[in-house]
Amino acid sequence: MAAAVQSSPSVNKASHLDALKPSWLSNEVLTGTSIMAVEFDGGVVVGADSRTSMGSYVSNRVTDKLTRVTDRIYCCRSGSAADTQAIADIVSAQMELLEVTMGEPPRVRVAANTFKEICYNYRDSLMAGIIVAGWDKGIGGQVYTIPLGGMIVRQPVAIGGSGSTYVWGHIDATYKPNMNKQETVDFVKNTLTLALTRDGSSGGVVRVAVITKDGVERQTFLHNELPQFYQG
Amino acid sequence: MSSIGTGYDLSASQFSPDGRVFQVEYAQKAVENSGTSISLRCKDGVVLAVEKIVSSKLYERGANKRIFNVDTHVGMACAGLLADARAIVNVGRIEAANYREEYGRPIPCKTLGERVSNYLHAYTLYSAVRPFGCSVMIGAHDEDGPQLYLLDPSGLCYGYSGCAIGKAKQNAKTEIEKLKLTDLTCRELVKEAAKIIYLVHDEVKDRLFEMELSWVCEESGGRHQLVPDALYKEAERYAKAALEEDSSDEDEEM
Repeated sequence: MAAAVQSSPSVNKASHLDALKPSWLSNEVLTGTSIMAVEFDGGVVVGADSRTSMGSYVSNRVTDKLTRVTDRIYCCRSGSAADTQAIADIVSAQMELLEVTMGEPPRVRVAANTFKEICYNYRDSLMAGIIVAGWDKGIGGQVYTIPLGGMIVRQPVAIGGSGSTYVWGHIDATYKPNMNKQETVDFVKNTLTLALTRDGSSGGVVRVAVITKDGVERQTFLHNELPQFYQG
Repeated sequence: MSSIGTGYDLSASQFSPDGRVFQVEYAQKAVENSGTSISLRCKDGVVLAVEKIVSSKLYERGANKRIFNVDTHVGMACAGLLADARAIVNVGRIEAANYREEYGRPIPCKTLGERVSNYLHAYTLYSAVRPFGCSVMIGAHDEDGPQLYLLDPSGLCYGYSGCAIGKAKQNAKTEIEKLKLTDLTCRELVKEAAKIIYLVHDEVKDRLFEMELSWVCEESGGRHQLVPDALYKEAERYAKAALEEDSSDEDEEM
């Protein structure tokens, strides 16, 4: 947010009309978010909430934060909507080119590394926390998380965004290796529900995508279809 | 090469009227004058073998090697001008390192072969440069299994299950075709490769030679390296024994 204010000094010029301007106009569009991805035998499950906000104003309540990179690689975006969309577009274009030159779909590791390269090189000007997940014929389902500084690490389960802070304990207590597809989808749905009910910047519906060798299977859970937990 | 000196061989950037580029053909001749190099690909890896002709007894043993490491999982064996080969190896190493940095995984053999061959090809297009006087064989073992590519001075790059370059390439190819490459393991192939090198070596024309043997396979942990001393000696014994058996057979026939 600070970056946006600095880069456009005209916004900072004091004017007697400033009082009339709603404060959210100067706020950057952020996906104050809950996102996650989990590996399972045969693929990965990615999930996200659907809220995009500018400060306290919800500018989109049905956002799709699960963005296609290739047919079998998706990314979950958190941070600045503009930054993450731009990065995803660039990587997607590069992967398309790579698929043509290599004659086979690019590996998840290659896509994740390309994300990292951009996130690390431009770490001072970007605000992007991205989870890259997908399936390839070499290693199968993989999840790579790329947090703010441009680090990259493979994890069997990854969470991200502002909402993730509320559910670390739930992950530690609930995640177990070798879950099947349905168990993994339920785990993602439960975790995201817990996150978006506690986090003010997350909310809306829960979107889930299952990526396997057969392609992508997308699901949307509306608010009334989400599990009920302790509401106190 | 009947039309030597008709004026169309002065530059790599000029065709002859019948559509040939003589400079490139001369470069290929430089490869054919060199000691023989062979590569064999089997189910679990790739073996590279070189007959390095030693032009003087005064060289240290093991000097001027013709097999190189390009990346941990990639080896290159060459025939032709050694200095040119070293320049190509350098390009290969840079490409492999760049790929690793950019994509965070080892370079696939096919990609490396294509990138290096593009470089070789560029040197067949301009009048200010000459083509590389050497061919290289790239052997690798990675996620996609064992792979072998042969690059020649014209910039061609093909995948092979077994190939040979250098002065005795015809004989060597005939020998390779006799092997059941898909059934053999690398350990067995090292001995066969040694046998072929000893077999095609011309004792009369080039008396002194050193054999170089390297492999990249499951047994070497997916790394390209010169074969262990014990195996080298075993392969050498096997090759010499096979050679003697061969010559005694011939004696009997006479």
